[in-house]
Amino acid sequence: MLANTLDIITVLCLVLGCFLGITGGIGIYRLPDFFTRLHASSVTDSACAFLILFALMLQSGFTLVTVKLCFVLFFLILSSTTATHALAKAAIQRGFQPLLGREDKR
Amino acid sequence: METVINIVLLTFLCITALAIVQIRKLFCAIMLMGIFSLLSACLFVTMDAVDVAFTEAAVGSGISTILLLGAMTLTSIDEKRPSYQSLIAILVVVVTGAILVYGTMDIPPFGTPDAPIHRHVALRYIQQSPIEVGPPNMVTSVLASYRGYDTLGETAVIFTAGIALVALLGTYRRKTGSAPQKDKPSTLNDHLVLSIVSKMFIPLILLFGLYVQFHGDYGPGGGFQAGVIFASGIILYALIFGVDKAMRVISPSALRLLSAAGLLLFGGVGLMCIINGGNFLDYNTLAQRPIDGQHLGIFLIELGVGITVFAIMVMMFYAFSNRKGRSA
Repeated sequence: MLANTLDIITVLCLVLGCFLGITGGIGIYRLPDFFTRLHASSVTDSACAFLILFALMLQSGFTLVTVKLCFVLFFLILSSTTATHALAKAAIQRGFQPLLGREDKR
Repeated sequence: METVINIVLLTFLCITALAIVQIRKLFCAIMLMGIFSLLSACLFVTMDAVDVAFTEAAVGSGISTILLLGAMTLTSIDEKRPSYQSLIAILVVVVTGAILVYGTMDIPPFGTPDAPIHRHVALRYIQQSPIEVGPPNMVTSVLASYRGYDTLGETAVIFTAGIALVALLGTYRRKTGSAPQKDKPSTLNDHLVLSIVSKMFIPLILLFGLYVQFHGDYGPGGGFQAGVIFASGIILYALIFGVDKAMRVISPSALRLLSAAGLLLFGGVGLMCIINGGNFLDYNTLAQRPIDGQHLGIFLIELGVGITVFAIMVMMFYAFSNRKGRSA
């Protein structure tokens, strides 16, 4: 019973994670300017990776693999958010304007 | 299932390669080359070659991307259009490729048990290496003990490449600069978030490098990957806090000494084996029991490889960034 519930939650997490990943990919391709694309890629980095890793953890149980996955999750959360921050900051310093606040709405 | 993964990965690999050839922006080409390396690392994982995949991921998509970006800052961002017709080049490439594809016809299919490679030395490695050499990770025992000469050659190649690059780009001299360099905005000194997160990460990266170095006997890892990971920690420090501060942590002259010391350690272990009455790189003579000698020898030469790779990688990064500072 418990194993069944775990499997169902795993499948849900994986499907949702894959959906978010594909959404992020489409977003990078379709969204109009740099900052919205950054938002799309950060969705893939954070939510999608988080869900997939969580699903893997559910499958591996209380083993060393789960501990390693926890480490991966920790580093991924910190590094991907920092990378997104650095990209946005660099873009603003270079004079990129978000499309919403801009005068000429191309 | 595995076939599907292989097909998808190989398709992506082809697309990436074509995009690298097609694209004119060097920055995009470098990023695509990183993706190319990562894809081939995934392919190696599906073939169960984790050590090779680890090396490819660390060296190919990690540090060589950084070094190429460093090299790119010295030139322009766009590739120059060649003035000549590239028809002959395409002809040569197509003919060579066709010959290579023709050559693969004779190769037995992947994973065939009676392929020549599985009947000759591989059998001996698999049966004898736990008894003769010891480490649970057979790749390490093949790389460091059975094939010690090859590894010595590889380390020497890395050393030579690093020395040649430093000879071409010049070494760092702080005193000869024209004006006292003021703090440029390119050093990310005022970036609070970056500096805090990197301060958190750098010790962990260095620790992981040491883990990979000393855990190579038991799992994937070894000197090459460890040196690269350790170097990437120092390079991250240099990127965030500026090259000058990084040079105060580990100076270029110390790096030059270290790069030679690693190779000398490797060669010295080999000579020590001769002095003790064995062949070159025959670790059995290093200790009372042959298997202890093997352990000691593998430990020392992996350490030598790690030190050399680390020193050369950081030295290359210093050389690029120093050149940039001088020309600006």
